[in-house]
Amino acid sequence: MEQEAENKDIDQYHYSRNLDNAVQYLSFALGKEEYGVDILRVQEIRSWEPVSRIPNVPCYEKGVVNLRGSIVPILDLRERFNLSKAEYTALTVVVVLQTGDSNKTRIMGVVVDSVSDVISVDKTEIQSAPDFGTKVSNEFINGLVSVNERMVMLLDVDKLLKLEELVDQDES
Amino acid sequence: MSIDMSQFHQVFFEECFEGLEAMESGLLTLDMGDIDSEIINTIFRGAHSIKGGSGTFGFTVVADYTHIMETLLDEMRDGRRKVTQPAVDVLLGSVDCLREMLTAIQNEQDVNNSSVAKHKAALEAVLNGSSVAEAPVLPIEHEAVNEKTIIDNIPHVDEEESFELDEQGWKIAFCPYLDLLKTGNDPVRLFRELNELGELTTIVNVQDVPGFYELDPEECNISWDLKVVGNDISGDDIKEIFNWVEGDCEMDIQPLAKTSKPSPTVNNVIPEPVAIAVSNSPAPKPVEVKSKPNAEAKKAESQDSDNETAKNMAKASSIRVDTDKIDTLINMVGEVVITQSMLGLVGENFSMDKVGQLKRGLAQLERHTRDLQQSVMNIRMLPISFVFSRFPRLVHDISSKLDKKIVLKLVGENTEVDKAVVELINDPLVHLIRNSLDHGIEMPADRVAAGKSETGTIELKAYHRGGHIVIEIIDDGRGLDKDKLLSKAIEKGLIEENNLLTEKQIFELIFMPGFSTAEQITDISGRGVGMDVVRRNIQSLGGNIEIVSELGKGTTIAIHLPLTLAILDGQSVAVGDETYIVPLVSIIESINITERMLNKVAGKGETFRLRNEYLPVIRMRKIFNVHSGNPTKSKEGVLVVVEGQGELCCLLVDELLGQQQVVIKSLEANYRRVEGVSGATILGDGSVALILDVPGLVRFSTR
Repeated sequence: MEQEAENKDIDQYHYSRNLDNAVQYLSFALGKEEYGVDILRVQEIRSWEPVSRIPNVPCYEKGVVNLRGSIVPILDLRERFNLSKAEYTALTVVVVLQTGDSNKTRIMGVVVDSVSDVISVDKTEIQSAPDFGTKVSNEFINGLVSVNERMVMLLDVDKLLKLEELVDQDES
Repeated sequence: MSIDMSQFHQVFFEECFEGLEAMESGLLTLDMGDIDSEIINTIFRGAHSIKGGSGTFGFTVVADYTHIMETLLDEMRDGRRKVTQPAVDVLLGSVDCLREMLTAIQNEQDVNNSSVAKHKAALEAVLNGSSVAEAPVLPIEHEAVNEKTIIDNIPHVDEEESFELDEQGWKIAFCPYLDLLKTGNDPVRLFRELNELGELTTIVNVQDVPGFYELDPEECNISWDLKVVGNDISGDDIKEIFNWVEGDCEMDIQPLAKTSKPSPTVNNVIPEPVAIAVSNSPAPKPVEVKSKPNAEAKKAESQDSDNETAKNMAKASSIRVDTDKIDTLINMVGEVVITQSMLGLVGENFSMDKVGQLKRGLAQLERHTRDLQQSVMNIRMLPISFVFSRFPRLVHDISSKLDKKIVLKLVGENTEVDKAVVELINDPLVHLIRNSLDHGIEMPADRVAAGKSETGTIELKAYHRGGHIVIEIIDDGRGLDKDKLLSKAIEKGLIEENNLLTEKQIFELIFMPGFSTAEQITDISGRGVGMDVVRRNIQSLGGNIEIVSELGKGTTIAIHLPLTLAILDGQSVAVGDETYIVPLVSIIESINITERMLNKVAGKGETFRLRNEYLPVIRMRKIFNVHSGNPTKSKEGVLVVVEGQGELCCLLVDELLGQQQVVIKSLEANYRRVEGVSGATILGDGSVALILDVPGLVRFSTR
């Protein structure tokens, strides 16, 4: 409720659309595809820096970095979604996201090509994701939305980070 | 309407538990028959403050219960009752009962009425028992600080017990003006003085107290009827005490008539300011106690205890810190600030001739940082007596259950260790001590037959040794029987018949799951679970456990633990481009080797021969899939001989980098557990290095 109220305030400032259903997303690019995450889940945006590798984990878990004293894992979203690999450059961006189950919050960084925009989305305009076939697993995708003729895939942050636990159980 | 008392609850409970511990240890040191008034006083004080506090907070169940205890203790203190073992046992039982009640209240659960009633009955039985030395003529003091009594000022309890004594003394009606407190006078101080003259009884009149919202805390709306009982008190003495407040109150001093009428009394021996503050405000809601049918109660009890442990886990913990430690810390911070500003000055207009100054400043900063770190760590340090203090009770209870005579000696209780260690070491220690009590120490008759004194001794000893704390449990019991251990192990199929084991390895057998030599399973020990858990717990704390035993003479179990769980001494090693930290404590030695010195075993594993012993080799590059760095370098490398799970093995790394203290950071906070890694740390350059979990690595590599 509170979140919605907050969103509403921001939206009122920017847009005059259907205010009750507006949600803001941070959109970013992976190759030619555009994704969005709930902006309230974004803690910060950083540039890529070398990570410390963690042994014997899936390749998309790039490693951990020191984020002001806490150890934060970094995931490569391109590799997570089985997209072609990209070289890390000075423009490569890490979006630090928060996920919270009821008693514990975690933070985690995801590597993306670039951050594009903050988009405001009317909830009623979100379409459910069609079956993408095998290339991209659509389990993390909440829905699709069209912004200025571009399609943006909205990601479910909790599901993205929850996957961790599943992998953990598999291994142990 | 009421002040939010719950904010003080935490402190209250902490104090209560401290009080209970003091009472417990006092009761255990009481000598039978002999009255050591100092000890009884300590116990009494504990009971009294719990009673006062719980009354204040409206936990009337606790207050009522403690009151009965207090009566008993009071009689003991005055020598009207002999200190007998049954009485002490009942008191110990009541301490447990109180603890249960308080825990229940703390967790906002219902107090288990049936057990309270049982203990209460036991107490009353002792109280009314024939062991009273002289029939108590004196009335039982009713020190109910129960605010209900204060506020309503209704004579209820005491009317039945009339004061039929010839009392000499004074009756004082003390009615201060509203601004008494503003003149800096504190009635409590006056009462304290009065109490020194004779026995003081106070009745508080609170009918003038306005509603809470009109209440001005600086105004004194209360008046008192005081009664001082005692011989040889002159009116002048009393007037002198009230000298200071003469202009600020109305008062009337009358000598006490003989055989005074029973008056509704609320006897505040020392009226504590807290109690008065509360009496100004409406009573906090007393804790509701619902009575349950007995059958249900039992069920609820077991459930409660489950919930309780769960709640205890979730409870935020607090710590009491010596003010000295905080002062040191503040000093240290001051030093750091000074150094920082000095360096700032140097940096502002830097020229090369200031290099010396800069270096000095940096050296200073380094020293201060280290000191600061030390003192911050010190705050988390608690004396091990926090754990040890529970054991006299345990030994007392179990030894009487087993009909053994056992003395527990505590040595080095003031040895300080990290709070986390203190919390986690308790269960393993309880287990080990139970073992010693049950299996170690023989029955008195057997001891005499073996030519030992009838009374067995268990010594619990703690001391520091080289950045570690060592806790030893030494008993002079029967010791471990090597042959019996071996045959048992073979019987259970834990080892092969022809295995040759060293003495140490034989003793280690008792740490194997499912191993027990006890002929009989008792409710104290002997099920063969436990020792493996003990060892696992201790290892998870980064410690290890050793046994030395001599048949017929006794057993010594030594636990080595790191002083803190937050910092560790590490050896950084390079594997490819990556840096890992090996805990220094697990390193035995490091050897430069070349590929040829390793022996292949069955084409898969590798061993290294170290002084006639073949040790398994773990290639870090392989186990961690490291591909970076110069591969030719792996032709030669450094073998780090480490000990994990009580066994030696070798880690093959590329290079040793250096030793340093590292701050342990959790990987699990944002990530998850990684096999072979116990945590992470941040190196000087800001990058993250993983800390190796040596026992975990050994397990991982054998899979």
